[in-house]
Amino acid sequence: MVKPTRVTNTIRSVREESGLTQAELARRVGVTRQTLIAIEQGRYSPTLELAFQISRVFGVGLDDIFHYPEESS
Amino acid sequence: MAYEERNVWVGLIVSLLSVAVYIWLVLSAAGGGPLADVDWVPFMVWTIVGGLVVSIGVSFLWGRIMARRNPDDVGTSDQRDRDISHMSTRVGQAFLLIAGLGVLVLCAFEADWFWIANTMYAGFALSSIIGCIESVIAYRRGLV
Repeated sequence: MVKPTRVTNTIRSVREESGLTQAELARRVGVTRQTLIAIEQGRYSPTLELAFQISRVFGVGLDDIFHYPEESS
Repeated sequence: MAYEERNVWVGLIVSLLSVAVYIWLVLSAAGGGPLADVDWVPFMVWTIVGGLVVSIGVSFLWGRIMARRNPDDVGTSDQRDRDISHMSTRVGQAFLLIAGLGVLVLCAFEADWFWIANTMYAGFALSSIIGCIESVIAYRRGLV
């Protein structure tokens, strides 16, 4: 039914370093606080557009916030 | 709890209650006799209309109460809400399809109106209830 995402993110740590609250970040990217919590906890994979918006708030690249594991050969 | 999640919970509870009341009314009216003899139309209409009215009323009141706690969350929905809604709609449509096929079969065998109407009603009810359950699971456990 719901399969775990392999995409991980460091939103929480970056957000806390920046001194932003969940509510403030959610407001700046136009989602509810519950959605931001779900993204931080890996319970929801954001759209590419939302991922870019989140990265842009912190002034960093997408790869600095979101990570996808290398395929093991 | 987000605005849209609250509405899903209200929809789920009201749907369950509405179906339970309808079944109870029909069984009470039948009194152990044939179900097809029951005048089911008023029961169905009133439980559907009543369910809609109660659902809207409870959503409105719950929203007003939550608005006092967090005014920013009032009436807001986002991409995750839309994704969850699409997912639950797809799940619910499966039951409408099954009910539609059931209705066709019943019509082919010239079944009583009672069984035709109630097969479609069961499809709508299951579509709504299962869709709401899927949504609640997605809100609670995640949608990835």
